[in-house]
Amino acid sequence: MSAKPYIRPRSTTGWWLEQSRYVRYMAREASCIFIGAYAGILAVGLLRLSQGAEAWAGFLEALQSSASIVFHLLALVFALYHTTTWFNVTPKAMPLQIGDARLPGEAIIAAHYAGWALVSAALLYLAGV
Amino acid sequence: MSERQVELEILRYDPDKDREPRFQAYRVPCPEDWVVLDAINYVKDRLDRTLSYRWSCHMAVCGSCGMMINGEPKLSCKTFLRDQPDRIRIEPLASFPIERDLVVVMGDFMNKLGRVKPYLVPAEKKAVEDGSYLQSPGQLKKFKQYTLCINCALCYAACPQYALNPGFIGPAALALAHRYNSDSRDVGRTARADVVASNEGIWECSFVGACSEVCPEHVDPAAAIQQTKIASTIDYFKDLLLPGRKG
Repeated sequence: MSAKPYIRPRSTTGWWLEQSRYVRYMAREASCIFIGAYAGILAVGLLRLSQGAEAWAGFLEALQSSASIVFHLLALVFALYHTTTWFNVTPKAMPLQIGDARLPGEAIIAAHYAGWALVSAALLYLAGV
Repeated sequence: MSERQVELEILRYDPDKDREPRFQAYRVPCPEDWVVLDAINYVKDRLDRTLSYRWSCHMAVCGSCGMMINGEPKLSCKTFLRDQPDRIRIEPLASFPIERDLVVVMGDFMNKLGRVKPYLVPAEKKAVEDGSYLQSPGQLKKFKQYTLCINCALCYAACPQYALNPGFIGPAALALAHRYNSDSRDVGRTARADVVASNEGIWECSFVGACSEVCPEHVDPAAAIQQTKIASTIDYFKDLLLPGRKG
């Protein structure tokens, strides 16, 4: 090794703008903020429901504000991005080998989508839709 | 021969003369079958014999000629000039200290490879005359892709976690640990856990996935790390529920 190897400076804040794959990664990570906020709103809804009919009606009215609608649309977009990006990497984390044969990654991804559809259908059924 | 010429902008650094690296441009011919390494060899042979870089096999086996080509970690022997723009910026692999020109200091990477015990740890050592350790094709298939690593370190140059935290054990070393942990002949998983399952091991990875995207051998280190995280988590809960268990 030379006596003076050069160490290149690296931005600790702007690194994720250097490559499109880093931006996609940050978008996936940022999507959890919207999902967390949505879960928080659901929890507030449950709290308001437990406080009686008037509180619940107030909560429903707040949901219809334009700010709330914009947030929910954004949360929907990020939730879809979050879900699809994670489903698409599941074969990496959970590969399945049956005997000598690997189950194709597409089958593992499809099983997740099928599970998603099933749970959504069950929820809609319980909600009386 | 093609009439096209390309301009190589190569990062130069002479530790004896330069305070910091600088770019130097060279015009080189661009035959249809040339890779970037051929163009660099042309510079070395015809234009500037002071240029330093590593290469050996010219066939994506030795893993020596990794460099940043227009900002992307690539093997220069596998990157055709015909697929590149007229101006090609060539830099040493990112995140590693620059030894000279395109040569980087690989000591940290080599040290980390050694730390994960990248060799078979059998339950019982057999003498050579007692024969080999047997394995079925299915058992081999579980880890074979992770044996294909050529230690080119492109995955380290692509990994933002390694760039921000040089203590991170990193993709290739963790993939190699997973290769041995998944081997039916190996019982070294617990011995490797001190390094692999530490804060500087698998838990430093946040699954950017860049390592797998740039891997020239399709080893998929990101997959290896996520699978190790799951195995390590299962180990944690087993230890919690069954204190004193073995293996």
